[in-house]
Amino acid sequence: MRLILIIAVLSFVAQLLLPWWSMALVAAGCCYWQGKHAWQSFGQAFAGAALVWAAYALLIHVQTGGIMTNRMSQLIIKSTSPAGMLLLTPLVAGLVAGLAGLAGYYIRQAMAPSQQIVGKRA
Amino acid sequence: MNNLKAIGSSVLALTIVLALNRPWGAIPAFGPLLSPFTGFWQNAESVATTDLEFTIKGTRQPVTVLFDDIGVPHVFAQNDYDAYFAQGFVTARDRLWQMEFQTHAAAGRISEIVGERALELDRFNRRMGMGFGAEKAVKAMLADPKTKEIVEAYTAGINAWIEQLSPGKYPIEYKLLGYAPEPWTPIKCAYLLKQMTSTLAMGADDLRMTNLLKKYGAGVVADLFPDYPTREDPIIPSGTKWDFTPLPVPATPKDSVMQQRLLGMAAPAFNAGLIRHDPSVGSNNWAVGAEKSATGYPILANDPHLTLSLPSIWYQIQIVTPTLNVYGASLPGAPGVIIGFNKNVAWGVTNVGADVLDFYTIQFKDDQHSAYLHDRQWKQTTRRIERIKVKGKPDVVDTVYYTHHGPVVYMGAQKPFRPNIPVGHAARWIAHEAANDLLCFYQLNRATNYDDYVKALAHYAAPAQNFVFADNSRNIAISPNGRFPLKWKDQGKFLLDGTSPAYDWQGWIPAEQNPRVKNPPRGFVSSANQFSTDPTYPYYLNWQFAPAERGRRINQRLAAMKGATADSLRGLQNDNLNLRAVDALPVWMPLVDVKRLSGLQTKALGVMNAWNRYNDADAVGASIFTVWYEQLMEAVWKDEFDAGDTLPMRYPGFDRTLTLMQRDPQSRWFDNTKTPQRETIADIVTQSFQAACDSLQRKHGELGTGWAWSKHKNTSVRHLLPGMDAFSAIGVQNGGGATVVNATSEKHGPSWRMVVALGPSPKAYGVYPGGQSGNPGSPLYQNMIQTWADGKLNELLYFQQVTGKHPRLAYKLVLQQR
Repeated sequence: MRLILIIAVLSFVAQLLLPWWSMALVAAGCCYWQGKHAWQSFGQAFAGAALVWAAYALLIHVQTGGIMTNRMSQLIIKSTSPAGMLLLTPLVAGLVAGLAGLAGYYIRQAMAPSQQIVGKRA
Repeated sequence: MNNLKAIGSSVLALTIVLALNRPWGAIPAFGPLLSPFTGFWQNAESVATTDLEFTIKGTRQPVTVLFDDIGVPHVFAQNDYDAYFAQGFVTARDRLWQMEFQTHAAAGRISEIVGERALELDRFNRRMGMGFGAEKAVKAMLADPKTKEIVEAYTAGINAWIEQLSPGKYPIEYKLLGYAPEPWTPIKCAYLLKQMTSTLAMGADDLRMTNLLKKYGAGVVADLFPDYPTREDPIIPSGTKWDFTPLPVPATPKDSVMQQRLLGMAAPAFNAGLIRHDPSVGSNNWAVGAEKSATGYPILANDPHLTLSLPSIWYQIQIVTPTLNVYGASLPGAPGVIIGFNKNVAWGVTNVGADVLDFYTIQFKDDQHSAYLHDRQWKQTTRRIERIKVKGKPDVVDTVYYTHHGPVVYMGAQKPFRPNIPVGHAARWIAHEAANDLLCFYQLNRATNYDDYVKALAHYAAPAQNFVFADNSRNIAISPNGRFPLKWKDQGKFLLDGTSPAYDWQGWIPAEQNPRVKNPPRGFVSSANQFSTDPTYPYYLNWQFAPAERGRRINQRLAAMKGATADSLRGLQNDNLNLRAVDALPVWMPLVDVKRLSGLQTKALGVMNAWNRYNDADAVGASIFTVWYEQLMEAVWKDEFDAGDTLPMRYPGFDRTLTLMQRDPQSRWFDNTKTPQRETIADIVTQSFQAACDSLQRKHGELGTGWAWSKHKNTSVRHLLPGMDAFSAIGVQNGGGATVVNATSEKHGPSWRMVVALGPSPKAYGVYPGGQSGNPGSPLYQNMIQTWADGKLNELLYFQQVTGKHPRLAYKLVLQQR
């Protein structure tokens, strides 16, 4: 849970200044540092990054009456419901950050395999 | 093992990041597009209510812009430069992508953005000499101190907006197509005006008419393609005296050797881009004089019809300086107001449709194309190299050969349909003339009386427009106006001999001799793209104009009108009477052989009998008539006048067809030569009615409300990028029709409706089918479409000074100099 929050906060700050993919660097770095298990790393990085995109997108959606969400849903997934874009957006962020988190965790394992044992105990 | 997992997962993560960070063909880069920090979410807007201040370089004094509740900017500047700077700034703020895209299109640069699929379009625009013309036009603009100032200020304003724009705030189309805005330059203003000329003055039937002449001879062509219609009511009322001594008109040349050979050559086709002028791209305007108006002052109305598109073609703006206070519709990409009013005058435009594009047969000396025959000499061509950038592909280099006529648009060598004839056609086109059209609008924006209007019009070249005018001194006027070549009668009806000087354009009709009428006795002036004048006008403008139905109907209503108000003119703008049906049905209906009709067809004929001839939204009769008309024209003419691509021809017009049906019902043209038996006029009328019913049944099911006109017509306002239904308004429900005053068809229609009641202070109303914002994520993107479809108008707020009081004001934007 702590890792989710750390990734959320850091990836939010990173994306204020850097391109969208900076979230992947944040996720990889955090899981390198704090990752305890492969699937936990993936899941928490996924959740952290997806949370930021989901919350920010939802905020914009609500504030603007969803005009753009509807149009983009129609354009990209041929759906008249805004739910499509509100789900697709965090899904993409989660997938990218999750895979980056997984990579961060495995890189750490490759460099200091002892951590794996810690991970298994946890 | 751990190493393998580390490498594998890293490669996977990196791959997905890279894959999402780049476009795949037409599919945009999803990573940046979906990011709420930089992607489409950043284009979502809510109703703006908070004041804004920008501190930027470029203005001389502070500028205040009031935005009203429909997003119209009211610019208050202390000098001209700042006013046009602010116009550029706010227009770019609302329409940046559109203004750049349209000028890219005119410049033949769409392939840069969308790739190879636009290559032929780009090549065509370039080969037609759009760049050649724009370069001349920008020189003329910058040579005049007034237009230089406004173009440069407007340019600086657009660039000030672009400079402060972060990629996250780029309009959505840039994000979808994956490119970035480039700096604006003055030539882009010229390109925009060339684009209008290309939309409105690129009509060319020369080749088709020549093919007809070859196939059927001069007698048939003169009979079926006459130089003046049976039913007409010209813009300058018949009987108006011409108060000038005309110049001598050049002599019609005796057919030269080349002209004879032209008929033998039968060029099968130009390149694909050359289309016939679309008759539904027309417009209406009129002004009623003080004696017809309830206010004692003139009232003026205008509705230019164009391809309905989003972002909207027009952008409303009010511009106020110590010496100017103008309101109206501007074109994003051009400084000033194109159609509008000020304290003293109002003006509007419709297209003239004079023949200002002709094609000359060029005889090159050899395959080098460096010399061509003219006046018994070999003259040098000039070569213009067009380098077309193509997204994801190497540049395409195209060479265009220019003669004194203009560019050789089609080269035999490129499409060797007759490799033995080293001949192409050079385009002589008004868009290639150096002209400063902007100066006309600059002066109209400031006009105070009729004389100012006349002076302003003299600067205007193309696309020629019917300028309607009304002023506070109770004058009304109209003038089909532009730069018209001085031609012999029918010059350019057919392809012209490019080797003989007798066929050249030989000067111009003097601007002061353009047709014009002021305060005619009938108490109103009007135009709807019909013939500019009757045949007494001493000069030749064209042999064909838009069909006369709209103009005739407008004149009928205005002639009967008394005590007119702005609302009565609004009502006329929405008039749905189908005069074509009124003309045609008394001829057609008695010819239908009822014995041959099925049950559904009999019922449909009953609907036609009961139909009141109005193309209202729910009228089933309007749908039947429209398809019947299409089927009937095919049935009469297709057998003889459609040989496909092997010999492009065209059908005679509707006016001639109807006259033929009335006066010569035994005519051989009614026989379908593709069948063994001989068809009569009654066969043709009956069969086309049956075909119309079958077609409607296939499309909309059994006869009923499914056949309603609005459903069949299916008016849609589409985004400029093809296929972007998500950014379009599909299936707008309203009435109208191509030959109806309310000229709304599937893709075309009134792109701006304006009514101005002059007086001590003008009262004006207007609407267009879209919204002030070009951003599909804005509540102001298409907020006016319903008002437009309902035939209503918004009141146009005409402020005298900066005010914070008006209930319809939304927020204020201030430009402070840095």
